[in-house]
Amino acid sequence: MDPALRPSIDEVWHWLAEVPDPEIPVISLTDLGIIRDVEWRDDTLVVTVTPTYSGCPATTIINLDIETALAEKGLSKVKLERQLSPAWTTDWISAEGREKLRDYGIAPPIDGTAADGVLMKRIDRLSGRSNLTIACPRCGSVNTEKISQFGSTPCKASYRCTDCLEPFDYFKCI
Amino acid sequence: MATAARDPAARQAALFEFLVRVGDNALILGHRVSEWCGHSPALEEDIALSNTALDLIGQTQLWLGLAGEVEGKGRSADDLAYLRDGYDFRNILLVERPNGDFGRTLMRQFLFDAWHYLLLKALKGSSDQRIAEIAEKAFKEVSYHLDRSRDLIIRLGDGTAESHRRMQEALDEHWPFTGEMFTSDALDAELVEAGIIPAPQGLKTGWDEIVAEALTEGTLKKPADGYMHKGGRRGVHTEHLGFILTEMQFLQRAYPGATW
Repeated sequence: MDPALRPSIDEVWHWLAEVPDPEIPVISLTDLGIIRDVEWRDDTLVVTVTPTYSGCPATTIINLDIETALAEKGLSKVKLERQLSPAWTTDWISAEGREKLRDYGIAPPIDGTAADGVLMKRIDRLSGRSNLTIACPRCGSVNTEKISQFGSTPCKASYRCTDCLEPFDYFKCI
Repeated sequence: MATAARDPAARQAALFEFLVRVGDNALILGHRVSEWCGHSPALEEDIALSNTALDLIGQTQLWLGLAGEVEGKGRSADDLAYLRDGYDFRNILLVERPNGDFGRTLMRQFLFDAWHYLLLKALKGSSDQRIAEIAEKAFKEVSYHLDRSRDLIIRLGDGTAESHRRMQEALDEHWPFTGEMFTSDALDAELVEAGIIPAPQGLKTGWDEIVAEALTEGTLKKPADGYMHKGGRRGVHTEHLGFILTEMQFLQRAYPGATW
């Protein structure tokens, strides 16, 4: 592509911010924090993407969606690179993305609730509550309980509100 | 040993072997756990088991993908998973054990998770950057696996008389297959020396602690260490592996190169 006609990196980021996550379409790929870098390498636009979970089946769809979105903007030479490290963390979900998740009915991740493998407290295990401050996205109550470590996708866990009784997905911390 | 350590070809062969061992553990256990899809005792458990399997298969792609790269013969992760025969598989025997009931599946998972967790934690500090990166990613996922499997074996162990009996039986049955996790050979020694992997036997103390704590809490009695079955790490498997491969590899064997 003629360097003079190339879109700026900012512009590309703006376009990527309009590409929805295939499984949670209310948030974009940039809200999710999985686009790690965008750069021109000669006449090729290189987009660096990190997977959320190593086995997440949405990964291939995400790559296809990025290529399609950029092709629609006239960019034909696009290269996608996978970056594993630093490993994706829910800390990278934008503040705006968190609000969109809540509005959609998914409780956004809460810092400090990531599994630690060995230190999880006995009381939490026995009560089934990994964290008492996970608020119900529907009524806001913090009286919620974990139903299962996993939910509809690898990145979520199943919870239930004991006040309004609504079951909901919690976007768990990693 | 010291001579072998200076030989790049020997180092490469040892590295390939290690990657296949760690990749095959994830692949075979992932396949085993996926057999539960649609058959679990509750919907939430069905989803949890399927997601655990998915994590493991995802990790397999990373490990076997790197194995193929290290080998340098153009084999992909799929080639390694679908086109090798039983004696080329390097998973430990524990992960090919049949699922049995839900309790046996969970006990096998817990015994494996506790070790997998410690192994990945150590591998995050590997002198091989590619291995450290995969470990960093997988460690996060496996921390959830361990939290879950431990929680469930405690609940079921300290549950009803029936669930307690089943969990104790599961533990007694799987126990003789746990020793293989801590065995090592010359290939391991070569990589340990290079700071690429931790010494397998060095993970034993931490594993004993995690296991003992959970068993005590779950009112389960730790079996005595007796004879330990081994062989998987060098390709000598139980009869169960062949049945897994028959199902897992069928499509690529019957229709070579099929894609969809």
